[in-house]
Amino acid sequence: MADLQVNVAGVSFHNPLIAASGTFGFGREYAEFYPLSTLGGISSKGITLKARPGNPAPRIAEAPGGMLNAVGLQNPGVDHFIEQDLPWLREQGTRIIANIAGNTPEDYCAMAEKLNDTDVDMIELNISCPNVKQGGVQFGTTCAGVSGITKAVRAHCKKPLMVKLSPNVTDISEMALAAESEGADAISMINTLTGMRIDIRTRRPIIHNNTGGFSGPALLPIAVRMVWQTYQKVKIPIVGLGGISTWQDAVEMLLAGATALQIGTVLFTDPYAPVKILEGLTKFMDENGIRSLSELTGAVQAW
Amino acid sequence: MKYDVQLCEIVRRAEIADDTYDFTVQAPAFAAVAKPGQFAHIYVPGRTLRRPISICDIDRENGTLRFVFQIRGAGTADLANFEVGDTLDILAPLGRGFTVDPEKKALFVGGGIGVPPLLGAAKYYGQNATVAIGFRDKNHVILAEDFKAAGCDVRVATDDGSFGHHGLVVDLIRDVRPDILCACGPMVMLRAVAAFAKENNIRCEISLEERMACGIGACLGCAVELYDENGEIYMGHVCKDGPVFAAERVVL
Repeated sequence: MADLQVNVAGVSFHNPLIAASGTFGFGREYAEFYPLSTLGGISSKGITLKARPGNPAPRIAEAPGGMLNAVGLQNPGVDHFIEQDLPWLREQGTRIIANIAGNTPEDYCAMAEKLNDTDVDMIELNISCPNVKQGGVQFGTTCAGVSGITKAVRAHCKKPLMVKLSPNVTDISEMALAAESEGADAISMINTLTGMRIDIRTRRPIIHNNTGGFSGPALLPIAVRMVWQTYQKVKIPIVGLGGISTWQDAVEMLLAGATALQIGTVLFTDPYAPVKILEGLTKFMDENGIRSLSELTGAVQAW
Repeated sequence: MKYDVQLCEIVRRAEIADDTYDFTVQAPAFAAVAKPGQFAHIYVPGRTLRRPISICDIDRENGTLRFVFQIRGAGTADLANFEVGDTLDILAPLGRGFTVDPEKKALFVGGGIGVPPLLGAAKYYGQNATVAIGFRDKNHVILAEDFKAAGCDVRVATDDGSFGHHGLVVDLIRDVRPDILCACGPMVMLRAVAAFAKENNIRCEISLEERMACGIGACLGCAVELYDENGEIYMGHVCKDGPVFAAERVVL
């Protein structure tokens, strides 16, 4: 039987599938479908220093091959997460990644400090939320911004630190290099692409925020390309996400250079997608004599 | 486990008004636990988001659920093309439904495609229910006969007067003093109905809709402004906190 275990920045995951931030809440809802230990890990809904109400509705719009969202980081704040959600999550037999977002470097650092004393397994620095004016994306779209915020948080963060990158930039691999050079332990990529849909009858954007983050299967080739380009530049592990919906997509993302994977939007289409992807992956490994997923990471033979 | 997805065979299908379809599916496990006013999240092949469709009626004996839906866009148009014998991939039952206390007198107020979610609850009340339903015109009148068959006092209004009362559905409820009022329909109708209930000190529940992704409260997509116990406004979610809400909790 194939071993699905992977290691990201010293943290071992019993399988490579991590629920992507924002699609999985704090896990309680999907725990009504299957044990959360089905997943290798869970990246929490984006957490801020203080509770945030989020954006007005509508927050969701469908699009060909995916969807837009502009939830706007609705969350109960880091203290609530630590007190109310983390103890329960800890019991679920899966790795816990705290996804944090902020207005200022001080916000991020304060959250990192608070999380140092908890048993979260990893911090994911959200500097790529496109849906709030000050949700970190101002740090995530320039090399100087990425360097500055990574350096600041690194100085306060004792946990393994993963930086989640925005694809809404000219060269994402430069952002990855900036994060790596300031001490990031891993990269997760890609966050959503900023998009927009308009109701042709009302002439209003469908989403109240006007723009939203585009996610879903249509993102896959873009994410695969970006992971592949970045894999050639950085030494730290890459957690690949963006449109993964099937086990074949998962293999592609690994071949492009990912060490582990996040899945998100596909859960809305099929809540059982993780189970199916893991079954497919296992079968693929067995049929091809692959003993460890690390054999696949970056193994694409480019022309 | 509380949630499940099942493949459910369509056993009955009809187009009951312009662009309005009536499906009955075999779903014994869902029918056994579903409550009036809850909804189902139905997969449409090739599309990323499931379509939230209210449960119109529940038949525990035959193990079926009934859905009456209108074509609103490409997804519901695809759904309407399914035939008897096809299976639908359904996540259900979801959300909170209507309070049902058949010993009391109930008033149901529905507008357009907001009418279907009321049928299941109205059937419990039978003769203890007054049903006031409004539609654009006579070609869009749906389910009036179903409510009558359940013994309800049914009153119909149309915007153009081509069927029943010429005017608004709220014109038809002024003389009714129920213990509970359940409503679903356009926001302007819900505001008027909630105001009527408040004036007359009637308990009022309203069913809302919003663009939805996960359907179970994880993604926080289907936001709705609600009042908490202290009158402070916060963002709740139609899929998990609703779709049926106590009217006084909703920022209308």
